[in-house]
Amino acid sequence: MKDKNNYWKKNISLISRCLLIWFTVSYVFGIILVDYLNLIRVGGYKLGFWFSQQGAIYVFVLLIFYYAKEINKIDEKYKGT
Amino acid sequence: MELQTYTFIIVGLTFAIYIGIAFWAKASSTEEFYVAGGEIHPVANGMATAADWMSAASFISMAGMISFLGYGGSVFLMGWTGGYVLLALLLAPYLRKHGTFTVPEFISDRYYSKTARVVAVACLIIASVTYVIGQMKGIGVAFSRFLEVDYENGLLIGMVIVFFYAVMGGMKGITYTQIAQYVIMITAYTIPAIFISFMLTGNPIPQFGLGGTLEDGTYLLDKLDSIISELGFKEYTTNSKLSITNMFFYTLSLMIGTAGLPHVIMRFFTVKSVNAARSSAGWALVFIAILYTTAPAVGAMARLNFVTTINQPDSNKNLAYLDRPSWFKNWETTGLLKFEDKNMDGLIQYTGDIKTNEMVKVDRDIMVLANPEIAGLPNWVIALVAAGGLAAALSTAAGLLLAIASSISRDLLKGVFKPGIGEKDELMASRFSMAGAIALAGYFGYNPPDFAAGTVALAFGLAASSIFPALMMGIFSKSMNKEGAIAGMLSGISVTLLYVFQHKGIMFIKSTSYLGNMEPNWFLGIEPAAFGAIGALVNFIVAFLVSKKYPSPPDEIIKMIEKIRTP
Repeated sequence: MKDKNNYWKKNISLISRCLLIWFTVSYVFGIILVDYLNLIRVGGYKLGFWFSQQGAIYVFVLLIFYYAKEINKIDEKYKGT
Repeated sequence: MELQTYTFIIVGLTFAIYIGIAFWAKASSTEEFYVAGGEIHPVANGMATAADWMSAASFISMAGMISFLGYGGSVFLMGWTGGYVLLALLLAPYLRKHGTFTVPEFISDRYYSKTARVVAVACLIIASVTYVIGQMKGIGVAFSRFLEVDYENGLLIGMVIVFFYAVMGGMKGITYTQIAQYVIMITAYTIPAIFISFMLTGNPIPQFGLGGTLEDGTYLLDKLDSIISELGFKEYTTNSKLSITNMFFYTLSLMIGTAGLPHVIMRFFTVKSVNAARSSAGWALVFIAILYTTAPAVGAMARLNFVTTINQPDSNKNLAYLDRPSWFKNWETTGLLKFEDKNMDGLIQYTGDIKTNEMVKVDRDIMVLANPEIAGLPNWVIALVAAGGLAAALSTAAGLLLAIASSISRDLLKGVFKPGIGEKDELMASRFSMAGAIALAGYFGYNPPDFAAGTVALAFGLAASSIFPALMMGIFSKSMNKEGAIAGMLSGISVTLLYVFQHKGIMFIKSTSYLGNMEPNWFLGIEPAAFGAIGALVNFIVAFLVSKKYPSPPDEIIKMIEKIRTP
């Protein structure tokens, strides 16, 4: 019983960390702070614009696979219990 | 070869593939009909999900919207992809563990209530029907524009094709056809993009080309910004969609709405395990991202091409109307492009000032459809775009129709009215429901209601404000009881409908709108389409408050929750 709770806590913590990045890369970089980030240029792109039109999407993909990998590790660890 | 002939051949080939798959993937049990037997590999499932998700809107309209909105178009790019993170982390794995065939079934189990199930079914049907109307229109229009088959017959052909693989194969047939449709869609979308990116910037990868330089050494985006702002438009890279607040809530509503759409969630019932559901979401986003990260390039380059074809630095050298190229003439005859010589000089002025602008109608859909023609690409590429658009519409329509049909046969028939129905009879009922749903969708395709365009926003609003919160609370809260959940769902729906109707008219009849579709009256400056997130918030709050007044869920439900939390 205690192990189930621990497992769930670890899951929530992992989810929260991932969602923080999810929020930052889209709402913060792409919307709220976009004008500031636009002051930085990468090639022909203003950085804020790039995050909002491409960068956020790349991070989303990486986040999902990162979550799947990490939670799988945690699953294995708690499997025996 | 002539464009018409190419189009017939290529589209015909794709249809032959779909029908072939229909025969190969026949469903022989309810499990196969609803969830393809749970046997689909995560990568294949991801591909099918991507096709299911990307409708005619993603394929045709999105790049067009981006080309006119510039930075503001980011709400669609982030909104329609970010939801997959929510699905993967918060919903899909747990719903898969529970193992039901439909979303309302999960809601009825978790909230131990037939009422909750019926509310969920109502949301699902409203959301899915409004969504499918758009797809049917897309199919009819694609046929009439590309194949010179008239709208009604085109619609009928589309319906017959879907009928084959959806009625015979259910989710099994639909999944494999969606995979084929994905391959066709992505090829059709990226080939013109690669060509045009290479022609403009020397870089064939559109994602890099967009940030690259033009022949004269200036950066593409800088050039676009300066050209259109000189013409009186807002700068492309900074043109926000109204305010920061509106963009924030619009994006949030789209993300939550994506995660709450039943036809998308159902796509995760078809894999073997919980972990397969997670990685399948990742793969789905990979395949979606290929198109979605190409779209900004398509949009910007199309805009640049369009503007520079018409306008020259010296406006006395603008394109003369009589000299207009054949793509211009073709799209004029369809009514999607319209010119009015306001200053009677025979030259075309395309400006951002409504008084001087002579291109009085430039339909945004043209940007994707005419882009290959504007860039002078060969006919087979243009024919491929037609096939891709049809693939996009058919794949999404099928997913929606399955969501509707399964909620009728599984949730209403087996779940509520005839619980004793046997497996074989249920399978037959599900086939009949599918045929009925296709007929209904066809009917609305023939007689599209006036409000058809605005209703996809309604679908997202309902999914965001009603379904998503109910599912999330069901998984993450052990104390959410049926009274709270039902109250929450109903209040979320009401708030969303109220806001949309008061600004767009009850059932979208304009004369009944009492606050008018006027910006100053929008709550916090948030447009009606962006209100789903507020509806979701209302749902959470009402559900929380109401749940406190009623008993906690019974022990078996607590056990159920613990079970779905364990992979």
